[in-house]
Amino acid sequence: MIISIASGKGGTGKTTVATNLAVSLESKVQILDCDVEEPNAHLFIKPHMEETRTITTPVPEVDMEKCNLCGKCGEICQFRAILVIGETVLPFVEMCHSCGGCMEVCPEKAITETTRELGRIEKGHRNGLEFIHGKLRIGEAMSPPLIKSVRQYTRSDMLTIIDAPPGTSCPVIASMKGADFVLLVTEPTPFGLHDLKLAVGAVRILGIPCGLVINRSDMGDNRVLDYAKKESVPVLMEIPFDRKIAEAYSRGDMIVEAMPEWKEKFVQLYHDIDRIAG
Amino acid sequence: MKELVIISGKGGTGKTSVISAFASLAESKVLCDADVDAADLHLIMAPEIKERHDFDSGNTAKIDVGKCTQCDLCRDLCRWDAISEDYVVDEMECEGCGVCYYFCPEKAIAFPINTCGEWFISDTRFGPMAHARLGLAEENSGKLVSLIRKEGRELAEKKNLDLLLTDGPPGVGCPVIASLGGASAVLIVAEPTVSGKHDMERVSELAAFFKVPAMLCVNKFDLNPEMGEAIEAFAKEKNIKIMGRVPFDPGFTYAMVEGKTIVEFDEQGQGSRAVKSIWEKLTGSF
Repeated sequence: MIISIASGKGGTGKTTVATNLAVSLESKVQILDCDVEEPNAHLFIKPHMEETRTITTPVPEVDMEKCNLCGKCGEICQFRAILVIGETVLPFVEMCHSCGGCMEVCPEKAITETTRELGRIEKGHRNGLEFIHGKLRIGEAMSPPLIKSVRQYTRSDMLTIIDAPPGTSCPVIASMKGADFVLLVTEPTPFGLHDLKLAVGAVRILGIPCGLVINRSDMGDNRVLDYAKKESVPVLMEIPFDRKIAEAYSRGDMIVEAMPEWKEKFVQLYHDIDRIAG
Repeated sequence: MKELVIISGKGGTGKTSVISAFASLAESKVLCDADVDAADLHLIMAPEIKERHDFDSGNTAKIDVGKCTQCDLCRDLCRWDAISEDYVVDEMECEGCGVCYYFCPEKAIAFPINTCGEWFISDTRFGPMAHARLGLAEENSGKLVSLIRKEGRELAEKKNLDLLLTDGPPGVGCPVIASLGGASAVLIVAEPTVSGKHDMERVSELAAFFKVPAMLCVNKFDLNPEMGEAIEAFAKEKNIKIMGRVPFDPGFTYAMVEGKTIVEFDEQGQGSRAVKSIWEKLTGSF
């Protein structure tokens, strides 16, 4: 089973829920941190890292000996990533989406492919929990291809918990697509509610069942609960604001470490998800 | 004209609450919400929309099965496996590269442009505002960020206002990169947690990569003063100017629930006083 943990709004507690859920379960679990722009799960899981891989994407390289300056490469490129300027062809590799169109269209076969680094994937473990995350290279704009590479580590013989990025656009879709369940983490504030509505909309486009965790559940108003009821989104857990939890988080400690009585609640959360998704 | 962009790396550190407070304090400015993916500034600003425009960007392939001879060339060329065995394009997987459209020997593929969001010019009680909404599950958020900042700048020029206050997106990817180009400075709002520190370091590296001067304020400082000081020490080392500390103040949440800025909600509270002092320091140094 694949559970993707998303939110719409940032900072609502996705990583808190993902990491605490992952360490609370006895079954075989892997956690994939797909928030490759700002991955944080490792700060709490503190895995022993075993391997690092650099992930790249193909980009064009032009052999000016062969090029006849026909300009077809610039014509086909939708991303303005290759241009004929005067007597030369300039590939802007940072803009390239790696479609291969310029190489395909070149009548002189003057274009070959080299690579651009997207970022790195690190894999490790902690007490039988498998840990994988992606880290986008600083300056790299495109996160979805790196997220897809992280998701290739998904194993069918394990429970896969995905920590998704905030928002509702392509990186989030890449982190939710194909999941069996999306757990949305929100806070009961106007920002939390507004972004939750967007997230529920995105989950529904994908047709995946979802449920809700309300974090800092006593700091705001009732509008999130009213919305969940109206939209029949089940509320599976409420975590009240507790300075002890906030301070533990700030140090990199998990809730179940600071307050072991929470472990049972996370186990129950998993059973509820299993019941709905199964 | 100057533009200050508020970023954070990590989401939920208080970007929108801080910029809302600045909106209360700054004179002659235009507001801009560049977090187009999950825009929240309008929830405090309650904008009265004056202009509404479609955001058209990016194309998606569409196959006319009547004309298609099932030669399979499109499926061979597509690097996103976006075309199914029965020649239907998965719109979510289609990257909009147009390769299938370009090479189809039967001209059976259309490549229409998408409407993937909306943008607005509005009036608020704090002055004019440019904001946008990206459609759900859409791409091209970076392009919408660039567009809304350009509209914000033009609005400021038209109204003779000399400051653009831009609420940026979280992360370090495409929309954040689009929010940095040409900015006069960024203010990084960090929180004193291990993840807040980690993410602040990455986003400050991004600002340095694009040579945009960065400033820092740590929100909820007293939640973990040691971590707050560690973040400030990192900033000092990287020549990031420290603008001040904001204490943990539940007033920010109460203000948000009422649709107010912290300054409107509790002008004499500790949150308001901290943000005021940061604003004064900011305007002095940029």
